[in-house]
Amino acid sequence: MIELENVTMTYPGGMTALKDVNLNIEKGEFVFIVGSSGSGKTTLFKLLLKELNPTEGKIRVAGYDYSTIKKNMIPKVRRRIGVVFQNFRLLKDRTIYENVAFAQRVIQTPARFIRRRVPAMLTLVGLADKYKSYPRELSGGEQQRVAMARALVNNPDIILADEPTGNLDPKNSIDIMNLLEDINKRGTTVVVVTHNKEIVNEMKKRVITLKKGVIISDEKQGGYIDED
Amino acid sequence: MKISTFFYILRQGFSNIRRNILFSLASLGTIISCLFLFGIIYAVVVNFQSGMKELENTITISVFFEEDLPEESVQLIGEQIRVLDYVNTMDYISPEEALKNFCEQNYDDPEAAMEAFGDENPLRNSASYSVTLKDVSKQAEFVAYAKDLQGVRSVKSSDVTADGLSTLSSLVGYASVGIVVILMLVSIFLISNTITIGITVRKEEIGIMKLIGATNFFVRAPFIIEGIIIGAVGSAIPLVLLYEMYEKILAYVVGRFKVITSIFAFVSQEELFKTMIPVGLVLGIGVGLFGSLVTTRKHLKV
Ligand SMILES: Nc1ncnc2c1ncn2[C@@H]1O[C@H](COP(=O)(O)OP(=O)(O)OP(=O)(O)O)[C@@H](O)[C@H]1O
Ligand SMILES: [Mg+2]
Repeated sequence: MIELENVTMTYPGGMTALKDVNLNIEKGEFVFIVGSSGSGKTTLFKLLLKELNPTEGKIRVAGYDYSTIKKNMIPKVRRRIGVVFQNFRLLKDRTIYENVAFAQRVIQTPARFIRRRVPAMLTLVGLADKYKSYPRELSGGEQQRVAMARALVNNPDIILADEPTGNLDPKNSIDIMNLLEDINKRGTTVVVVTHNKEIVNEMKKRVITLKKGVIISDEKQGGYIDED
Repeated sequence: MKISTFFYILRQGFSNIRRNILFSLASLGTIISCLFLFGIIYAVVVNFQSGMKELENTITISVFFEEDLPEESVQLIGEQIRVLDYVNTMDYISPEEALKNFCEQNYDDPEAAMEAFGDENPLRNSASYSVTLKDVSKQAEFVAYAKDLQGVRSVKSSDVTADGLSTLSSLVGYASVGIVVILMLVSIFLISNTITIGITVRKEEIGIMKLIGATNFFVRAPFIIEGIIIGAVGSAIPLVLLYEMYEKILAYVVGRFKVITSIFAFVSQEELFKTMIPVGLVLGIGVGLFGSLVTTRKHLKV
């Protein structure tokens, strides 16, 4: 599903965020990406979304080779990926309902389908009563859950979640992780970036550890590696 | 495209205008004034040209024959004139008609004058062909041609009027095209600015849209709708205004200056707007569409 071959990403300022990364994630896997701040986790997601192009190396997602993909196919790949951005990236001047519905409008979902699907997703993340609010009226954790609903609403093949529990209390964090696990059980490939040591250790999933842009460990049923 | 997508994009187009209301109104205002000016120029030019056409048709050239020219020769001359493709009409003026016209133009009581002349028609050798041309600029050519025909004594025309009219006509045409082109460029520039601002304000939103899989079309469409709406409203308003005004002005002029209408026939409201409404709408919507297409292409590249 996701393949990286000798990928190096150097930002225009000269900062190398990923160095010669090789990675293979199969369809239906559940993978944690861990590593200290600045180790290149978000950069990896940006590459997978083709928000950035690697300086070197090959990336394949859902069968598309990013170095040769036609421009008009880029939206098609992105539609198969649901993303929870680290900074949520909600639309500030639209309601919670519109933020989630927006993801469906983008892929031209019929209106009557949107009217049923969006409330269901908001209920799933526990925000059914906030659908009229604007992002600024929500707490960080609530915004994070809206981002989660938006990522899931189109039933994507791949979910990339960048610290989806970063602003949540332990109870909500566990709920969100259970939700991701449920979705994974239905066949969706799930990649989660997290700093939550307890959850990683408890869930016994594949864990990839990054350090300064290099994969230093990749274990099938791993635990959280404390660098310090 | 799905119907709900179409309505969504339409709503977004309106919402773009609402969120960027000041600039939208500014470009709307420019288009309105441009098309208003265009409409005035258009009305003047159309009336001028229709007046010209009428004048051209009344500018007649008289071809006189040699004395006692036989009937066949007169007819032969007629055929040689009629064969020219730029000749509009040709009428034979008999000596009797010539006298009648003369009396009508020069005497207060034409019938009494006619009787006074009796059988002594002073114009018995003044039979002629009265010719009008489709295009006044061909007058000199025609005069030269007719003078060379066998049996023609003289050709009478009014050169000054003809030449003056055709240059004036094209001059007015060029000037108005120039003014309209400049106005359109200003409108395109302003629409483009409005949409650039809209895109800049929504840069983050556009980025998010693209990352969750929006096509370029989906991102561009609301801005293009915005341009089209501004163009359509910007042409509809001046067209309605001009439509109302033209009728009032016509009624006023016709009622007040009866003399003018006897020598100059104005183009009717219906006839003028039959062409002005489609031309105005195409120009307005075209300006909006062009401005937004160019701008979105420039700013929304992936
Ligand atoms: N747009 C950018 N331009 C230049 N350098 C950048 C840019 N984005 C990130 N970097 C650098 O690349 C490195 C990796 O950043 P990245 O955001 O991938 O880290 P991260 O692992 O997601 O960290 P965190 O856990 O804090 O989110 C950092 O050193 C950062 O300074
Ligand atoms: Mg990050």
